[in-house]
Amino acid sequence: MLLIRKTSLALVGAIGVALLSAQVVAQEKSIVVASTTSTQDSGLFEYLLPIFQQKSGIAVKVIAQGTGQALDTGRRGDADVVFVHAKSAEEKFLAEGQGVKRNPVMYNDFVLVGPKSDPAGIKGNDIAAALKSIKEKQAPFVSRGDRSGTHIAELALWNRDAGIDIDKDKGGWYKSIGQGMGAALNMASASNAYVLSDRGTWLSFKNKGDLQILVEGDKRLFNQYGVILVNPEKHPTVRKDLGQEFIDWLLSPEGQKAIANYKINGEQLFYPNADDPNA
Amino acid sequence: MNDFAIAFTTAFDLIGRLDPQLRGIVGLSMAVSLSASLLAFAMGAPLGSALSVYRFPGRSALIVIANALLGLPPVVVGLVVYLLLSRSGPLGSFGILFTPTAMVIAQSLLALPIVVALVHRTTAGLWATYGDLLLNDGATRFRSLWSLMNIGRDGMLTAFLAAFGRAIAEVGAIIIVGGNIQGYTRTMTTAIALETSKGDLPLALALGIVLIVLSMTVSGVGLYFGRGLTSR
Repeated sequence: MLLIRKTSLALVGAIGVALLSAQVVAQEKSIVVASTTSTQDSGLFEYLLPIFQQKSGIAVKVIAQGTGQALDTGRRGDADVVFVHAKSAEEKFLAEGQGVKRNPVMYNDFVLVGPKSDPAGIKGNDIAAALKSIKEKQAPFVSRGDRSGTHIAELALWNRDAGIDIDKDKGGWYKSIGQGMGAALNMASASNAYVLSDRGTWLSFKNKGDLQILVEGDKRLFNQYGVILVNPEKHPTVRKDLGQEFIDWLLSPEGQKAIANYKINGEQLFYPNADDPNA
Repeated sequence: MNDFAIAFTTAFDLIGRLDPQLRGIVGLSMAVSLSASLLAFAMGAPLGSALSVYRFPGRSALIVIANALLGLPPVVVGLVVYLLLSRSGPLGSFGILFTPTAMVIAQSLLALPIVVALVHRTTAGLWATYGDLLLNDGATRFRSLWSLMNIGRDGMLTAFLAAFGRAIAEVGAIIIVGGNIQGYTRTMTTAIALETSKGDLPLALALGIVLIVLSMTVSGVGLYFGRGLTSR
């Protein structure tokens, strides 16, 4: 009897301590940023955020999701800032009144990755011709299928640039996996398939296997990132001052320089372009 | 084979030099999963015991439900807790989405049916044996609850360890409600998921080995102290 009572007292105590310690951590100055898997998997945030935190004392908590999901997290008011890469989806977000203003931050590009043996013979710098050839040869192709920025870009390349209605024309060779960039690359690596990736994730990806870049340098493979403060008028809990401070820093010469300085094996991953109003 | 060799070397290296980042992740995993399983136990054990002791309408339905929920998918629990805790959800004003507290809530919901079902199973047998004795002794049914749990200590321990095992091993719920934020809500399992997605499979597997060592240690410690409890 006594034993059980003691144990239950200890239980309640332990739970109290655990919940309390969780609360203490939450007290510090912090914001939640919903962003894309590419910015996390490429290691950019791991490099950038400590620099920002040291300067401002603001801890940035990043939730890495696909662009579509990240914007939805903002729509629910669960993030203070969204940092994504799909201009059309971002403009829709603004049109709904969910965001304050879209600020271009940086760009890199997409690359079409595939097995060294290149069964569809697509190597080169013409993305439209490459996709047409993949479809003709029914070569295995992995699609993100998750409404991410990369997925939206992939669909536009099929539909607009290659003139293929991929939703109608896809066959067993086209595998829509509904997962992040890393998972898509892992699958392509394991099954020698073609896949569209952002360059940053590709460079930092460690399980390349037989994969290599086959198509790059086509200007249609451009990949622009934007950052938006979630509208505090719609979501009063948004920490607008801290969020704006983060955005201002990203767009400042100092933040832009930090982005440019991030390299893997000497190769620059992202190119700052906050000064380009059309981006 | 080479991947496995690298994974084991990395795992021992990580444990050996007590990697500070790993320490934080292990600490959070333990804190969250222990709190969750303790919480589930504190609620579930009396409930499971009550299902043995009291007779009321709907009792068998509750037992069936508890057993059916043993197979509760973590991702569904994660989603439900997410929608409840989201700023646009009914409990949004607490602002605990993407915090360790949210992860504790999700994991205790997952662990609760396990505790209820296992405790009920243990105490049902004990009640059949000792029930009349306890009641004839003048104990109320409420007091009998505690006596039963005391007699069935080893079954209680098993229920707790099973709840902890469920909590520490799952990733589906906490990655949704915690967000896998570095240094804040990243646990062993979400870190494994992340390293897998970065293609660093040996490191992911090494973290998996560390996780298995960790949960074996907890079970070992639990059983060791449990022996002290049950042998008296």
